[in-house]
Formats: sequence, C-alpha cells, structure tokens
Amino acid sequence: MTISPAYRKTILFGLFMPMTLFILGVYNGIMQTIYRAGVIHRTSVAGINYYQGLTLHGVINAIVLTTFFAVVFGHVTVSFYLKKEPPKWTYLMSMLLMVVGTLMDAFTMLAGTSEALYTFYAPLQDSPLFYIGTALLIIGSWIAFGGWVKVWFEWRRENSGKKMPLAVLGTFVNFTMWFMSTLPVAYEVLVILTPWSLGWTNQVNVPLTRMLFWMFGHPLVYFWLLPAYIAYYTILPKVAGGKLYSGNAARLAFLLFLILSTPVGVHHQFSEPVFTPGTKFWVSILTFGVAIPSFMTAFTVGASLEYAGRKRGAKGLFGWMARLPWFQQENFLFGYFICGLILFIFGGLSGIVNASYSLNQMVHNTSWVPGHFHMTVAGPVLLVILGVSLYIYSTVAGKTIKFRTLATIVPYLWMFGVALLSHGMMAGGLMGEPRRTNMGMTYTNPDSDLFNKHWVATSTTTMIGGFVMGAAALLYFISFFATATGKRTMEPVIELPESEDLHEEKPVPLLLNMRPWIIVSAILILFTYIPALISVFKYSAPVRNKFQVENPNNMIK
Amino acid sequence: MNKYEIKVVLLSGLLLSSFLFALLYNAFSRKIDTPACIPYNAAFEKGHVRQLDDSTCEVYVSAHMWGFDPAEIVIPVGTTVEFYLTSTDVVHGFNIDGKGVNLMAVPGGVNRITVPFNSIGTYRIVCHEFCGIGHQNMMGKIIVKDKIYQQ
Repeated sequence: MTISPAYRKTILFGLFMPMTLFILGVYNGIMQTIYRAGVIHRTSVAGINYYQGLTLHGVINAIVLTTFFAVVFGHVTVSFYLKKEPPKWTYLMSMLLMVVGTLMDAFTMLAGTSEALYTFYAPLQDSPLFYIGTALLIIGSWIAFGGWVKVWFEWRRENSGKKMPLAVLGTFVNFTMWFMSTLPVAYEVLVILTPWSLGWTNQVNVPLTRMLFWMFGHPLVYFWLLPAYIAYYTILPKVAGGKLYSGNAARLAFLLFLILSTPVGVHHQFSEPVFTPGTKFWVSILTFGVAIPSFMTAFTVGASLEYAGRKRGAKGLFGWMARLPWFQQENFLFGYFICGLILFIFGGLSGIVNASYSLNQMVHNTSWVPGHFHMTVAGPVLLVILGVSLYIYSTVAGKTIKFRTLATIVPYLWMFGVALLSHGMMAGGLMGEPRRTNMGMTYTNPDSDLFNKHWVATSTTTMIGGFVMGAAALLYFISFFATATGKRTMEPVIELPESEDLHEEKPVPLLLNMRPWIIVSAILILFTYIPALISVFKYSAPVRNKFQVENPNNMIK
Repeated sequence: MNKYEIKVVLLSGLLLSSFLFALLYNAFSRKIDTPACIPYNAAFEKGHVRQLDDSTCEVYVSAHMWGFDPAEIVIPVGTTVEFYLTSTDVVHGFNIDGKGVNLMAVPGGVNRITVPFNSIGTYRIVCHEFCGIGHQNMMGKIIVKDKIYQQ
C-alpha cells in the first residue's frame, strides 16, 4: 500500500526518535552492571549518578521505546490490513503529544530533578514536568487508538461479513486494555502527584499511589508484549516458511489477555501491608490464569514452526527445529523472533515463580526480578521491536537495509548476553542480592563493612552479560542508523509479511466480538480492586511526607 | 481450534492448578506466614524491642533514610519474633538474609510478620527498595545469641 508523506514521516520519526534515546538507555544499562559488579566504587560516572542512570534506563527502554513502537506498529498493522490511513489530525496530534511528553521526561531526568526511577514511588518527589510528560506520552497513545477505531468502523461498513483481521484484533485488544489500565495512572500522576509536587497539596496516601501505579504497571508489561505476540502470530509463520496453525486459538489468546491483564497488578505488592491475604491469593490465581494464553501461544507458534520445518523436509520428532531459517540474511526477522521466543520460555516460567504468593517472599525486590523481566521485556519484546523497526523503517522509507550481516547476527548475540545477564541476576537474587542498588559502593566493595562476597561472582556474570548485550546493541545501531540515513532506493510502502491460516476454520461468533470480553474485564477489575481499595482506606493513612532523593529531611515542616 | 489445542489449554490449566495446590499445601503445612495487615497508627513509628516471654518477642522496626531503628536487634536463640514494620519517610525494603522474610516498609502503613529464630548467628537486613542516594548503605542486623551466654 502506498502512503501519504505526512503519515510516512510520522511513522519514521516515531521509530527514529526513541531509537536514538535508546542509545542512552543501553549505555546506562551497561553502566549499572559495572557499578553493581564492584568494578567501580563510585556514585556517578560522566555526570550521571547510578540512580539517575537507572531512571533513564527504565523510563527510556520500558516506557518510551515500547509505547512509541506499539503506536507505530499499530499504525502499520491497521493501515496494512485495512488499507486505510487514520485521520491525519489523529496521528499528527498523537505523535506531537508523545514527543513533547518524552522530551519533558528526558529533560528532567538528565537535569537530575527526576530520579525516583520509572516507578516514581511517592513520597520521593519528581519534577512536576516529569509527571505531566509521562501523562502526555500516554494520552498521545490514546489519540492514535482513536484514529484506528474510526477507520475500523469505516472498513466494517464497506466490508460487511468479513472477519476482523487477526493483527487488527490484537492491536485493538492491546489498546483497549491499555486505555483501561492507564486511567488509574493518569489519575495518579495528574490528580495526586502533580499538585503534590507543585506544593499545592502536602498530604499523600502512599499505599493508594502504589496501588494505582500497579493497576497500570502490570498491564504495561502486556502492552509491551502484545505487539510481539501479534508479530508471532501474523508474521513469524510466514518468515519461517509455514502457516499459522490456528487463527481461532490466536484470537482466544488475545481476548484472554484483554480480560486478565489488568486485575493482576496487586501481585507486585505481595510484600506490602494494606492488602489482605485474600486479595493477594485471588490475584495469584488470576496471574496463573494469564499464563494460559502464553502457554497457548507457545503451542500455536511452536506448531506453526513445526509445520514450516516439515514442509522443508524435516523428519523425526525434533528434525523440524534444524530446518528453520536460522542465520539467513534475506530472512533476518526470523532470528529476532526465534531468539525472543527462546528467552521467553525462561522468562515466562520465572514469572510464574513471582506470581506465586508465598514463593514471591524469596525473590521480591531481589535481583531475581530484573533477571526475570530481562528475559521478557529484553527478550521477545525488545527483539521484536528491533527486528520489526528495521523492517518497517526500510519499507516505509523505501531504503535498503545496510549492514545486513550485522543485523542478522544481532539477535543471537543479544540472546546469549541476556542469558548470562539474567542467570547472574537470578542466581544473586536467590542469595538476597537487592535490585536497584549501587552495590559497588558497599556490598561488592571489599573495603566496606557491608561487603558480601557471595554477590561478587553473580554480579560479575551479570556484567559480562551486559557487555555482550552492549556489543549486540552497538551492531544493531550501526545497521539501523546507516539504513535510516541512507538514500531512498525504493518506493515507500506499508508492507508486512502476512501469514495464512493452515486450515479454514469455522468462525466462532464469541471470538469476533470484543464487547462481551470488555464487560467481563470491567467486572473482574471491579471485583479485584474494590476490595483492594477498601483495604487501602481501612489500613493506611495519608502522610505529610515529601522527599528528594539526595536529602533525608522532609520538605514539609 | 482442534483437539490438540483444547488439550493444550486443559493441560496448561492442570499444570497451573497443581502449582496452586503446591502453594496452598506448603503455606498451610509449613505455616509459611505472609505479610498481614493491621490498621496504621503513628505509634508504630518508634522502633523498639519488647520481650513478651522466654520464647516470644515483638520487634517494632522503623525504617528511615538510610537506616533501621533499632539498627541492631539482639534476641536469644529459639525466640519467635513478631515484626511490625513501618517507615517514617519514604518507601523502604526489609529483607532478612537467609530467612525468606521479605517486606516493604511503607509510610502510612504497618506490615507484620512472625518469624522463628532457631539458630545462632548474625542475620543481615538489607533494604531492597530504592530510597534515595544513600540506599546502598542501608542495612540492619539481627544477632541471635545463645541463651546461656546471654545470662
């Protein structure tokens, strides 16, 4: 499909800007592994202190890059499958708000006025600009969704009787879930934290802000993940040379995410006061439930890959694995997808440990947790973002991919790096190594009273993993930026590899209508969060606390 | 969806149910305590140790930037300790090395857990939630002593 210049530029800018910031995100990631391994015993390097770097790493990699990609990938999937561009004002306005919000966040983080990490837990105070910037980024993504809904209704009128394309369903499920779950955080930042940060109010109910944050904080991880799932269902079977095993199973998986993503946020708060054991246990069950669509995805994607391998002449039980298009330049996307999937096996399983109420006591807030989520967000999520960004940039800009060899080996190298990094962090976490801590100053500094020799080996493994990931990222940046700054050689088009279904399936009405699923989702959210909210008000009290990260004195006298 | 897919859904459901059963079974049979909640009261903000009898004591811990009050808790071996934890400023963490005790100290809320200490030694308490630039210095200690030695 051809593309208007304004739409083309929006898509390309939406890939280019976050990818540029991602350089800063990667740099700060590598630096953290060096601090933590005790190689340097310093509070800051090159003017960025450890916690400022950690804030930059988290906000850029996990909120900015992922949200921009979800929006750009949404533009591309919706336009490719519906053959329409969304209204011009929606994509321009959306991109403008997201860019302004991101610049506000980046400015305050670099200036050192917002260093309370990406979870911005009160009563640590960030600059009001940070809270507003984050809200603008989120609101910008809502507007993009509004544009797609409009073209969807047009398409449905013109194509009555046709099924909603799977990729569009995935995108709509993702953004519906995103809209529902970002309302609480929008309330938190705009109504509670911004006036508090400006000094208009002095009281804050800390457990309430934490609950509102995690109502958004866990659906956020599915918001990162679902674009990757869309790619796994609709692109991967094609690039692997096969077909999608079952479209209906894919639809069911997406719809299960719609109902189960939001009401599970409390599982980040198992170690906290305020929530009753009943609420915590209920959320454990729901979180186990949300693992089911991932098991289904593992099966459907695995079956699609097996079909692809057998079509190439594979024999035996596992022969199909060897026949897949590994390390092929003309098919570089496959490497990004498969390496992400391999990491996700371990990422998913370690996630079930975290979800398990009492097992979580062993690992909560230890480095086990970042060990786990680097195999999810830095596994399938990031690898799909990197691979598909390069692909979309090349097709939408009409530019040939440069340094294709480098781009082809990146995912394999990255996977190896993540495996080392996560192994180090998880092993350390089981021995109590804390996350989010400049350990080089104390715990891994032999001159400190707090020195703990057990954490040296694990944090060193983590650092080696960090170096390997850094090397992979460097190779990727060479290819991406060389491609982006190259000359146009082809006609710009919106183009995606499109998988076919293996067999024609009977349409199931329940899987074609999002409305009942949205209602169930709302009921589950209320059923979980009304008791949680009652607990918050019953067991906690607002406090007159306001602190800056570098000063242990309360700003409220 | 064909029969294989339906089997997969059932099997994964079964697998998760068995995990859930294991959780419940262990929680009850081994009496694994999870953090419980009690209404907040500012009186909890003052850290102290209260010996109830020979084998039980209550420890009120107040976390602050960047230390715990009391910084050092001395108890005789065989004591079952009931911890009450809160914070006077920002959010802190409370992880007792080697005991699987893992709590958040949240201002405006009180966390509670019961832990038996049956072996002599020094247990370190690590703050594992970011609480400002001194976070990496924040550590407490529980010293479990021999009963005879203490007398």
